[in-house]
Amino acid sequence: MNEILTSLFFKMLRIRLVEEAIARLYHEKEFRCPVHLCVGQEAIAVGVCENLLQNDYVMSSHRSHGHYLAKGGSLQRMFAEMAGKITGCCRGKGGSMHLVDQSVGFLGSTAIISGTIPVAVGTAFASKLKNRRNVTVVFFGDAAVEEGVFHESINFAVLHKLPIIFVCENNLYSVYTRRNLRQPDREIYTMVRGHGINAYKCDGNDAVSIYNLSKELVDSARQGGGPSFVEFSTYRWLEHCGPNYDNDLGYRDREEFEAWRENCPIIRMKNMLIEQQVLTEEMVIRMNNSITQEIEKAVVFAEESPFPEADQLFQHIYSIVGDEG
Amino acid sequence: MSHRILTYGEALREAFDVCLKKDPNVYLIGLGVPDPKGIFGTTLGLAEKYGDKRVMDMPVSESAVTGVAIGSALVGMRPVMSHQRLDFALMATDQIINNAAKWHYMFGGVAKLPLTIRMIIGRGWGQGPQHAQNLQAMYMHIPGLKVVMPFSPSDAKGLMIASIEDDNPVIFIEHRWLHNVKGHVDEGVYSVPIGKGKIVQSGKDITIVASSYMTLQASKAAEQLSKVGINAEVIDLRTIKPLDEEIILESVKKTGRLIVADSGYLTGGVASEVAAIVAEKAFEYLKAPIRRITTPDCPAPTSRALIKYYYTDAQEIINQVLKLLDIKPDAKMESLLFLERPLYYDVPDQSFTGPF
Repeated sequence: MNEILTSLFFKMLRIRLVEEAIARLYHEKEFRCPVHLCVGQEAIAVGVCENLLQNDYVMSSHRSHGHYLAKGGSLQRMFAEMAGKITGCCRGKGGSMHLVDQSVGFLGSTAIISGTIPVAVGTAFASKLKNRRNVTVVFFGDAAVEEGVFHESINFAVLHKLPIIFVCENNLYSVYTRRNLRQPDREIYTMVRGHGINAYKCDGNDAVSIYNLSKELVDSARQGGGPSFVEFSTYRWLEHCGPNYDNDLGYRDREEFEAWRENCPIIRMKNMLIEQQVLTEEMVIRMNNSITQEIEKAVVFAEESPFPEADQLFQHIYSIVGDEG
Repeated sequence: MSHRILTYGEALREAFDVCLKKDPNVYLIGLGVPDPKGIFGTTLGLAEKYGDKRVMDMPVSESAVTGVAIGSALVGMRPVMSHQRLDFALMATDQIINNAAKWHYMFGGVAKLPLTIRMIIGRGWGQGPQHAQNLQAMYMHIPGLKVVMPFSPSDAKGLMIASIEDDNPVIFIEHRWLHNVKGHVDEGVYSVPIGKGKIVQSGKDITIVASSYMTLQASKAAEQLSKVGINAEVIDLRTIKPLDEEIILESVKKTGRLIVADSGYLTGGVASEVAAIVAEKAFEYLKAPIRRITTPDCPAPTSRALIKYYYTDAQEIINQVLKLLDIKPDAKMESLLFLERPLYYDVPDQSFTGPF
């Protein structure tokens, strides 16, 4: 178990440092695309994905860096993608909102709210049709449950008893719009139960609880127990889109923000692991250093990579037999 | 078998049958696919033959099920999704345009998306504003999609097989008034290439470009015109995206005159696109202005009293041919070129009695 705890902590720290590096280098390194950073929300990606096998599928939405990295997506290719380089995971055609690494089962993230939810149901449907043992996880935010296709997708997954876990990261805001302006006064997970799906709510800043709950749900889905839904409560620290803090805008109050920052998933876990003598301060510093080096390398890789040539513009409009990318 | 005659609907059914048999990753999904009517007969008996994991119904969730089809295609399946009316497929526009059309491109070519989406268009029998839209041009506008709309039973089968075997999303558009049209259809597995038009009748005087049901009308017009010595060349586009520019341009270079007949709306339509291509690339060969024959920029009304003025047919094509050739028909010519007007404009023939 100590190994798992250490791994959870390390992976959260890695995502945090990557996101902070993107924010710091956003203008200098010309990551010229909308970035939706997940600082403050790292525990969910890590806690869930720690239970997945390489051939399990993950899909996500616009705020997907954490999910991509937690599933094992290439860091170098992610930085190169944000820089618009040919070595990017989408050869520079996707950017931050479209990450993909099929070699580790991260099948893609897209930019339309709820857009990948039915697609993920489709990969789970294929697993069921083909009697494969893999499961699918789809990540989305609290606004996605306001889209019609979310409900259609849950209905389909329950009807066919599909091996999928729906993971809702409830960070309270859709851009600047608070949830109470978008949804009535009721819990998301209890509303979702109306579809006849097992639905839960869990502290989204507690990596261990997230790990334990999702372990149960992933195991159940893998054994034919059907789909489940989890709402994780969490908070995004930075602006909806971009490298900065935006508390000056006044759409959320300072106390709320500070309370959530106090509740940092990484600090919480670090304190716990040091107290339990699983980790020492020195070990954390070493982790920090090795991740920082890895990020530096990835940034250099992105910087030194070439841009796509003009002939790439019309490449891949259609898939052509024999042209395997 | 050189003289096997099937209807367009039977030809499609045979395409599904051979594809389901050949490839275990092919499955059919859609509202009513396994029901007793079997999508106008095109899927009848297939659920019994291949089971409910290959031929299945769906919740009334066009958007989610399109997403499901996309997801399954990304991991190796070859889904065929059916919509009994194109109008219902509009519910899935986000999944088709934002996801299916772009997936291969936006992820740098790492994934392929073999997906066929059938949409049935139509006219008449009081289908009205929301059951008879011919929106092929809307899909033609989107990079990453292929859009086919065959006219003959033989092409329907061959293009359906090609669509299912294609590694890209294909919008397969069938006109309801073609399902009962008969023609020669080969047995077994064969495919007709996507993106290639066909000269269904050659001629030297004028080019008529059409697709789907309008090819039937164009052929009828050409047959009548030949009786008075006017030789029209009829091109069946078969695919409207990617469009076979070459076959259009070659024909216009020969005839110098062009009529484009399409079942969709006038503005921003298939006919407009074909006209623009010819105006840009073969202007110097034109001896007369280009004419577009389409439905007007007006929703389809329901009453048979109104659709009389709404839909176009072979007679309209004949009239426009005479204008472009600057021929004032004499009485004898008129008797040959004035077609017997149908008793009703809301049915393809007297055998059609609805209810949809």
